[in-house]
Amino acid sequence: MSLQSSANEPAIELVGIDKKFGAVHANKNINLSVGKGSIHGIIGENGAGKSTLMSILYGFYHADEGEIRIQGKPVTIRDSQAAIAAGIGMVHQHFMLVENFTVLENVMLGAEGGQLLAKGVAGARKELKRLEKDYGLEVDPDAVIEELPVGNQQRVEILKALYRGAEILILDEPTGVLTPAEADHLFRILQVLRDQGKTIILITHKLREIMAITDTVSVMRRGEMVATRKTAETTVAELAELMVGRRVLLRVEKGDANPGPVLLSVKNLTVKDGRGVTMVDDVSFDVRAGEIVGIAGVAGNGQSELLEALAGIRKPVSGEILIDGKPVESADPALLRQLALAHIPEDRHHMGLVLKFEEYENSILGYHHDPRYGRGAMLDLDAVRKSAEEQIEKYDIRPPNPRLKTANFSGGNQQKIVVAREIERDPKMLLIGQPTRGVDIGAIEFIHRRIIEMRDAGKAVLLVSVELDEIRSLSDRILVMFAGKVVGEKSADADEQTLGLMMAGIAA
Amino acid sequence: MSTASVPLPAWINYGVIPLLNLILAFFFSGLVVWAIGENPFEALNFLIQGALGRGDAIGFTLFYATSFIFTGLSVAVAFHAGLFNIGSEGQAYVGGLGAALVALSLDHYVPWYVTMPFAIAGAALFGAAWAFIPAWLQAKRGSHIVITTIMFNFIGAALMVYLLVNVFIVPGKMAPETRTFLPGGQLPKLDWLMALFGLKLGPAPFNVSFIIALVMCYLVWLLIWRTKLGYEMRTLGISPTAAVYAGIPYVRTVIIAMLISGGLAGMMSLNAVMGASARLQVEFVAGAGFVGIAVSLMGRSHPVGIILAAILFGILYQGGADLSFEMPNITRDMIVVIQGLVIFFAGALEYMLRPAMVRLYQTARGK
Repeated sequence: MSLQSSANEPAIELVGIDKKFGAVHANKNINLSVGKGSIHGIIGENGAGKSTLMSILYGFYHADEGEIRIQGKPVTIRDSQAAIAAGIGMVHQHFMLVENFTVLENVMLGAEGGQLLAKGVAGARKELKRLEKDYGLEVDPDAVIEELPVGNQQRVEILKALYRGAEILILDEPTGVLTPAEADHLFRILQVLRDQGKTIILITHKLREIMAITDTVSVMRRGEMVATRKTAETTVAELAELMVGRRVLLRVEKGDANPGPVLLSVKNLTVKDGRGVTMVDDVSFDVRAGEIVGIAGVAGNGQSELLEALAGIRKPVSGEILIDGKPVESADPALLRQLALAHIPEDRHHMGLVLKFEEYENSILGYHHDPRYGRGAMLDLDAVRKSAEEQIEKYDIRPPNPRLKTANFSGGNQQKIVVAREIERDPKMLLIGQPTRGVDIGAIEFIHRRIIEMRDAGKAVLLVSVELDEIRSLSDRILVMFAGKVVGEKSADADEQTLGLMMAGIAA
Repeated sequence: MSTASVPLPAWINYGVIPLLNLILAFFFSGLVVWAIGENPFEALNFLIQGALGRGDAIGFTLFYATSFIFTGLSVAVAFHAGLFNIGSEGQAYVGGLGAALVALSLDHYVPWYVTMPFAIAGAALFGAAWAFIPAWLQAKRGSHIVITTIMFNFIGAALMVYLLVNVFIVPGKMAPETRTFLPGGQLPKLDWLMALFGLKLGPAPFNVSFIIALVMCYLVWLLIWRTKLGYEMRTLGISPTAAVYAGIPYVRTVIIAMLISGGLAGMMSLNAVMGASARLQVEFVAGAGFVGIAVSLMGRSHPVGIILAAILFGILYQGGADLSFEMPNITRDMIVVIQGLVIFFAGALEYMLRPAMVRLYQTARGK
């Protein structure tokens, strides 16, 4: 099992790592060896134990058994400080940034270099400039994190690890929020780093990335390391099968669209963000019944704000939103729900779900005034739980326990909770943002099928995703957004290069 | 990360951990008592005897607890909506004006049980009114509720002193207070309830407001966990962005939550004004509003927890008074120190023992 991942000596070795959480055996006797100066991929479904393994490596958890060796020497990693000292840098899937600090302050945090800040700030600014130049990760050092689009926040996370001079860089689902162009950019950085002798561990669900960038790859399933392969000697199909334990369908099967009348119409819509910057600039388009319109674009080009404006969360500065030809009077999510517009938001952790709620409480979020969940002022908890149980069964949400705290579901199952809630209302229009971000491959297949079913049932679907593959395989028409404008429309069979150029603002 | 996300069964979360916190608090209090040269076990004995040893002692303990239940509920309701209402003190004070106005106008004409519903409404209305301006400022202008409610405590205190000194004072008397209410404006004592347990209430002012407080506990439970409004408040309290997404109106929810919170604080005056002193006096709230913050924290903003925490603080208040009488070395201020330690361990250090408990629990359930 512990196939040496490169001819070089191992930078990091895990020997017999074992970890249990109560009854859950998260890691079973894991052996792994990653060669110095190589990119090693670890894939597996959510809950397969990848994150636990990396948390052990980064000192968040301690293994019950087993040994970690770095450059051949056994080490004990008590906490993240020790991990950093051992030369391990981590880029987390969920950002570990102080939201009201600037980029510079976040990068410096924990490495201020003395009691007085001035010297450290100057040094950090210089270092940041250098990193920016070398790797092309452009971020304004004085921008405040919470005002940056998600894609840029990710860059700060990567800069943070680089700033600390990590020799071994662990990236947990790094491209979840990046566009193909940005992901390619990241991959180029990773390749440069590898060529400089650094070691990279890439955790992902995405087989395409594994194939594109890694030298070697390990597959995890249910806490075990089931296989390690040289990337050049394996195929997407083999890896997918190893991961899920059965054959999976990688492309979405769908028939031709049957577009009906226009249900959702946007006219000259302009939206500004919290800073007063115009994020959506004079955008107009229609979505018809029975079609999926995909919006492609690099994160931060206005798709998020457009989606929020359509859902009534963000008030547009000017322009009109028409539903069934009638203008929507006010920005009010409750009113829009009444007009049969459902919304699967981009950020399920902060918007689509209340993570501290039990599952059944989230199954009515936004629809809690529906008389079927209780008359008058009261909530009928029996009715709520019953409908939650129905959704759990129909959408195969696991574990099937409506009383479980939502935070304790895996990413894929959390997303299914949102999808179930929004689709089960049988809306006429559906807004979908990043439907499969951080979702495992089995659930992706499931969610994609539901979206196609909605289309076939004559719903108007607007899909925003930074996964170009997802946009291309689901959409009937593709709109490309760049710098707040819709720069062009393509049919679903447009090739990736054309779309990529449009997303970069080069071609229209 | 690590142990914080591991779920523990309720009996550990709500039973074992608070109990251990309490034992720790008493242990350190004992050290303090020992340090000033008194016997901590004797002191504990005086405290317990003073709070629970006799019928009247229990009556006083429950009288204090009644006030703390009202203010604890007040803080908890706001807290569920993500609002930290520091103003229960002032809202209770102004609520007293509402209760007193009803009592003064009706006590000549009707028996107490007719006065009572009007007094409840009056106290709640005035308490809610005093919470309205901070609520409106928070909802509409984004002025932080902590700051505004603290300021309104001072404004409320000044207003009440002005009214008592200049308007309500009985001509010819020195004390800034209203006239004494007739029995029609008083809430009767619960001596029959104590008699059921073979106890004599004596002079203790334990009164009908205790029952009103228990009813309010039930209603608050119903509101928070069984109504759509409560669902909206909790959503807003935990995740404001999810509340926006769900179309929960921020302004309306914030204002309603604060009105309910202020109303509950105002009802505390029923106990002190109509149940005990039978007149409106200066500073009758005496810090109960602030104790309510500790009670709500300790009771995890749940009515059952609030009742238990309120009784604990009732014990500390009543038993503490007795203790400082029996052991003059232990002054009133020492009692405040002990109360502080309880708040410190049960509130601020609530989660200190949690990681250890998680490890113990995992080992016990184990491999």
